[in-house]
Amino acid sequence: MSVAAQQQSDRTPLLAIRGVETFYGKIQALRSVDVDVYEGEIVTMIGANGAGKSTLMMTICGDPQARAGQILYRGEDITRLPTHDIMSKSIAQSPEGRRVFPRMTVMENLQMGAILEDEKDFDDDLRKVFDLFPRLKERRGQRGGTLSGGEQQMLAIGRALMSRPKLLLLDEPSLGLAPLIVKQIFEVIRELNRNEGLTVFLVEQNAFHALRLAHRGYVMVNGSVTMTGTGAELLARDEVRSAYLEGGAH
Amino acid sequence: MEYFLQQLINGIALGSIYGLIAIGYTMVYGIIGMINFAHGEVFMIGSFVSLSVFLALGALGITFLPLVLIVMLIVAMACTSLWGWTVERVAYRPLRGSFRLAPLITAIGMSIFLQNFVQVTQGARIKPLPPQIEGGLTLMEGPGGITVQLSYMQIIIIATTIVLMAGFSYLINKTSLGRQQRACEQDRKMAALLGVNVDRTISLTFVLGASLAAVAGIMYLLYYGVIDFYIGFIAGVKAFTAAVLGGIGSLPGAMLGGLAIGLIETFWSGYFSVEYKDVAAFSILAIVLIFLPSGLLGRPEVEKV
Repeated sequence: MSVAAQQQSDRTPLLAIRGVETFYGKIQALRSVDVDVYEGEIVTMIGANGAGKSTLMMTICGDPQARAGQILYRGEDITRLPTHDIMSKSIAQSPEGRRVFPRMTVMENLQMGAILEDEKDFDDDLRKVFDLFPRLKERRGQRGGTLSGGEQQMLAIGRALMSRPKLLLLDEPSLGLAPLIVKQIFEVIRELNRNEGLTVFLVEQNAFHALRLAHRGYVMVNGSVTMTGTGAELLARDEVRSAYLEGGAH
Repeated sequence: MEYFLQQLINGIALGSIYGLIAIGYTMVYGIIGMINFAHGEVFMIGSFVSLSVFLALGALGITFLPLVLIVMLIVAMACTSLWGWTVERVAYRPLRGSFRLAPLITAIGMSIFLQNFVQVTQGARIKPLPPQIEGGLTLMEGPGGITVQLSYMQIIIIATTIVLMAGFSYLINKTSLGRQQRACEQDRKMAALLGVNVDRTISLTFVLGASLAAVAGIMYLLYYGVIDFYIGFIAGVKAFTAAVLGGIGSLPGAMLGGLAIGLIETFWSGYFSVEYKDVAAFSILAIVLIFLPSGLLGRPEVEKV
């Protein structure tokens, strides 16, 4: 067990997901999902396309709301709160598909990330984001829709960081990006976690990278959590290797 | 030449009024993808409220014109804002997420309701207002006694529109509120994920559109001097046409479209026939849409994402 894992038992989790069930109409997308994310951790949820990972991410943010179960943030029940109230509790998400505002400039996108923040912090936060992603600084006057995939991903993460989150929800940051850029982005996440103590909940199909980065991981199949363990433990499991790492590590 | 200039001035004044109403259509369409057919009635309510305020103040013996105008403006904007907010709350929000035609039908319902409400309570006859702002500048005196007149009322209309448009563009493009409004327009789900209260932003859009329509309503009342319960329908259709012509969803487009419709109407009436001015306006709309399906300044639906 890792140090982080050993420290868990005597603390309340930053984010606790308890028996959450989510439906789209009559179709059940999540089945009694339990996840704990402790302060200072990087936790990942891996699973195939359509397993329900993004649904879990959006359920945390209240869109759609869970039909059963509870989501606790610092012990407070946020399951039934409207999305904008959840996001005002120092939670930020870089969602599936990045969702950069296409007809806003990079700068305006970043300003959108900071709408809940004090204006006097803006310049500091902006400098931090530009330090992490110098490319965004070069492109700050360009419209979001004209950026490359990698740049859009950087912008999505940068925008999420502009609200000074304690918990960062990252949905498939590696999707469709060149391996070099994936590496770069994962390195930034590791740095933020190590240097700033940012807690990260990462959803990924790219199991190898995600499990190597994360302290702990969960495996989701068809809307249920089937396995859990430290990143290294899961990487060593045969079921994980055959199902998610076939074709070798990248 | 003089005749041409005179028509040009008249057209710009009329177009300004259409443009102000068109903004309400285009903003609501931009944010929730729905044509708010009750918007023309908001304009009509603005006219009626300001006429009532005028008469009430007159009965109280207050006739100092600038004061009267300001009170008219404030009361009319407050009433239409409240109306716009209420309509969204009771007729559109419950239907958000249902099929696309549903809010369109309630919009038409709201429009019919409001028209009939005003007809019943205010009567079907036209309401006159004696001219309040008379006189003007004679810009040019041509042979044969044809003059080019720029009336003070026209100056007020055009100046007010320019000021409002400048303020409004600033609000939308440069302020945090405007950014939130545009964010909701581009991706409501993401805006909520950043902490934007989407419902409130949509309400605000209705309120802003309605208060601009109120200003248009007051200007219409003062400019033409007669109103009835039906003006909202006519002006609404024209302003909607203006919004589509300019490219629905685009703010400068709405203003440009409004000017274009105003000018087409006035020139057609001036040179050809008054009876066919609407035919001319709609024909030009049809022709523009054949060659530019998303309007003059509209953006095509497909985007690189």
